[in-house]
Amino acid sequence: MTTPLAKPVSTPATAVDQSLLYPSPYKEFWQAFSHNKGAVAGLMFMSLIVFCALFAPWVAPHNPSEQYRDFLLTPPVWLEGGNWQFILGTDELGRDLLSRLIQGSRLSLLIGLSSVVISLIPGIFLGLLAGFFPRILGPSIMRLMDVMLALPSLLLAVAIVAILGPGLMNTVIAIAVVSLPSYVRLTRAAVMGELNRDYVTAARLAGASLPRLMFVTVLPNCMAPLIVQATLSFSSAILDAAALGFLGLGVQPPTPEWGTMLASARDYIERAWWVVSLPGLTILLSVLAINLMGDGLRDALDPKLKNAA
Amino acid sequence: MSLLQIKNLNVRFGDANAVPVVDGLDLSVSEGEVLAIVGESGSGKSVTMMALMGLIDAPGRISADALTFDGHNMLKLSGRQRRRVVGKDMAMVFQDPMTALNPSYTVGFQIEEVLRQHLGLRGKAARQRALELLRKVEIPAPESRLDAYPHQLSGGMSQRVAIAMAIAGEPKLLIADEPTTALDVTIQAQIMELLLNLQKEQNMALILITHDLAVVAETARRVCVMYAGQAVEIGQVPELFDVPAHPYSEALLAAIPEHSEGAERLATLPGIVPGRYDRPQGCLLSPRCPYVQDHCRQQRPPLDPQVHSLVRCFYPLNQEVA
Amino acid sequence: MFSFIARRLGLLIPTFFGITLLTFALIRLIPGDPVEVMMGERRVDPEMHAQAMERLGLNKPLPEQYLDYIGKLAQGDLGESLRTRESVWNEFLTLFPATLELAIAALFFAGVIGLLAGVIAALKRGSLFDHGVMGISLAGYSMPIFWWGLILIMFFSVSLGWTPVSGRIDLLYDIEPKTGFMLIDTLLSDEEGAFKDAVMHLILPAIVLGTIPLAVIARMTRSSMLEVLREDYIRTARAKGLSPARVVFVHGLRNALIPVLTVFGLQVGTLLAGAVLTETIFSWPGIGKWLIEAIGARDYPVVQNGILLIACLVILVNFVVDILYGLANPRIRHQR
Repeated sequence: MTTPLAKPVSTPATAVDQSLLYPSPYKEFWQAFSHNKGAVAGLMFMSLIVFCALFAPWVAPHNPSEQYRDFLLTPPVWLEGGNWQFILGTDELGRDLLSRLIQGSRLSLLIGLSSVVISLIPGIFLGLLAGFFPRILGPSIMRLMDVMLALPSLLLAVAIVAILGPGLMNTVIAIAVVSLPSYVRLTRAAVMGELNRDYVTAARLAGASLPRLMFVTVLPNCMAPLIVQATLSFSSAILDAAALGFLGLGVQPPTPEWGTMLASARDYIERAWWVVSLPGLTILLSVLAINLMGDGLRDALDPKLKNAA
Repeated sequence: MSLLQIKNLNVRFGDANAVPVVDGLDLSVSEGEVLAIVGESGSGKSVTMMALMGLIDAPGRISADALTFDGHNMLKLSGRQRRRVVGKDMAMVFQDPMTALNPSYTVGFQIEEVLRQHLGLRGKAARQRALELLRKVEIPAPESRLDAYPHQLSGGMSQRVAIAMAIAGEPKLLIADEPTTALDVTIQAQIMELLLNLQKEQNMALILITHDLAVVAETARRVCVMYAGQAVEIGQVPELFDVPAHPYSEALLAAIPEHSEGAERLATLPGIVPGRYDRPQGCLLSPRCPYVQDHCRQQRPPLDPQVHSLVRCFYPLNQEVA
Repeated sequence: MFSFIARRLGLLIPTFFGITLLTFALIRLIPGDPVEVMMGERRVDPEMHAQAMERLGLNKPLPEQYLDYIGKLAQGDLGESLRTRESVWNEFLTLFPATLELAIAALFFAGVIGLLAGVIAALKRGSLFDHGVMGISLAGYSMPIFWWGLILIMFFSVSLGWTPVSGRIDLLYDIEPKTGFMLIDTLLSDEEGAFKDAVMHLILPAIVLGTIPLAVIARMTRSSMLEVLREDYIRTARAKGLSPARVVFVHGLRNALIPVLTVFGLQVGTLLAGAVLTETIFSWPGIGKWLIEAIGARDYPVVQNGILLIACLVILVNFVVDILYGLANPRIRHQR
């Protein structure tokens, strides 16, 4: 967020009182967003996670798959028997938990980001089509989405993985398919609202082509709810990916995915609480942070949605 | 002994330093009397009545030297004791009938609720009484209306139901807070007539809050003019209309179209009601008053008896007639 | 009212056919040769392969296959499990009560606490309690429930030893499944302590499954209640001299419940998805665990029609919620 430097004013008499100018939309947005303490906390935590993910090989103290045979199930450093070498302890194979969690953030962010992108683009496109063609195409698209919504998201993801087989790529596809309907519905609803506005009629009369109407005239005015939805489905993507991993249908071990780590940790529930607690806590905190950010975004971008739960 | 006695009522929202919304109000109402309170929006008319009914919540604070109704000290009553009075001996009809009724319950349920609460009527007896009440407020086909939901009624019909609910406990005092403002013009007269008929029939006191001076002239015997939370003039109806003593009363009357026949434009008072932060040191009307003197800007006038009425002005108008 | 129900029912039909299309496509979308995938071996004897294709009806043209599928569904034939040779419908019927019992317990937990917390938070807006409820519910909403289950087991079962770790009832008891609902069956049986044992088994899974709905319901109740309390009819109710409790619960909550009810309906989907995870963690013998095991064992008829049944269940519940919504909200009911 860089504010352009004010040009030196040659005639001081024409200097404008800055408070009378409209703030730039970015500045206005940032003011509303930073007003929400939870959202800022969420943003800070997410920045940390993103930093870890980007620089994982340099941040992580150990190689996440290196097995220190002499240090199986070492407790975290603040417990008796802890060791500064392994700050958060080690797992059942003697791998450093902290390094694995850091490595895991890469996967979670990757899955979240790619599934959002993969479903956002066709979602917007289908939503625009559904909004612009309300006679036959629109209702058929919406019926299809209803069918997809009839299945609980995780179950649909499970079903898709059941067909395609487990793995990273299939997890991403499954989650992307699952979050498609909400984008379509949201885009369509926003488009239907905008289509009756006078500016759309004006653009039509001015002879704007259909693609231009769709993407240039209408779409930018529908973005606010979509951005919020993208944030929220980012968090549910992380949650669903972890759930799939936990069920053994997602990313396969020994890849350090947070949910997969939990699945293999179940057997040590009586002996090594950290192996169970820490991956889940990381998931919880990341999801919480994104949801807090999403709340802040929603309040800042679209005050009308404030009361929608 | 009057039915309602209000002495030095103050209502503030916020701490003790907040600007009062109702500022040292004195008012009394006798049994069977019709009193009108007039003033523009935000002058504290409704808040006064809400305070009386005990409907002012947390950030709002009420203080008064006396707030007596029918022998009860309303300030001292416990919540339970007050609820025995409110809704029974003292009832209120609100401005917008379309939102004042609960959309989830039938008309019958909402009337019978009052009967059960205050008269202990249940079942058939309550339904019978509710039906009588609907007849009393002149609702056509009352039998079928008992099971209707509010969204199935028109605005005028809803207001009649609200009135039926209010008179269900046979109140000694009915407060009508701009009961016709939200209604169509044709319905307004009907509702006013209904209220006045009921008032005579049941010999109850009626406080009519309004900003329609034409209505006041036709209905009330006494009128209280409020400005910025203060009563500025309290007097009998024909006199106050003929020879207003307070400059604000005069300005209000001059703004009635019928009073200004022949004039090119309606007379207006320049400026706006003082808000939270720009209350003048002296008389609250001083920034807008056409007759303002230096003295008015320094000191606040008290509400003193003048020839025809109680007036809050150092230099009351129309005093020579006496 | 009748036409209202009929209208909603009409909307269900295309959705239902859409779902059959989806489950039909499911098996045909498996990459590779379906017979080989199902048998779990490669290079199946060509003759056996042809027989299997014939038996599964996979050698016919697709539209015909779909019609066959619909025809079978219409006769109530959901196929049989490859593992147990038991009919899918029967397996579903035996296992479903366990899931239903768990879901009802979870919704009860979530509904009672969520409504109460939401109402109190709204009444004490801005108080410490309000902030607490909002904070906790946001955390609950973000909860990975499979982890939450493990943490609760670790704490209550392993450390404190208060609750059992898994299953519906201790092996000591031999309960005859009359209704399929363990709480009712244990009451019907004369085994001492069985009911208490069943309750102890149910508590943790119900809490785990109810956590997300609880968070959603508490938040929704709060915001809806705040909105309703500002309404004019609340002032009217107070002006009638009604008690605060009656004003809040009879006049306020009744109206605040309308949006909450919708959310409640939407939670049924979340609940069934959560049941998959919860049942896996607690070895709860319900349809969620059944489905996951079927996927692991490549038991495709169970996967296919299990998903169909669950989808129908969700549609059905949403339909019922729709009707209840109409009952709760007279304005909707009278809509033409």
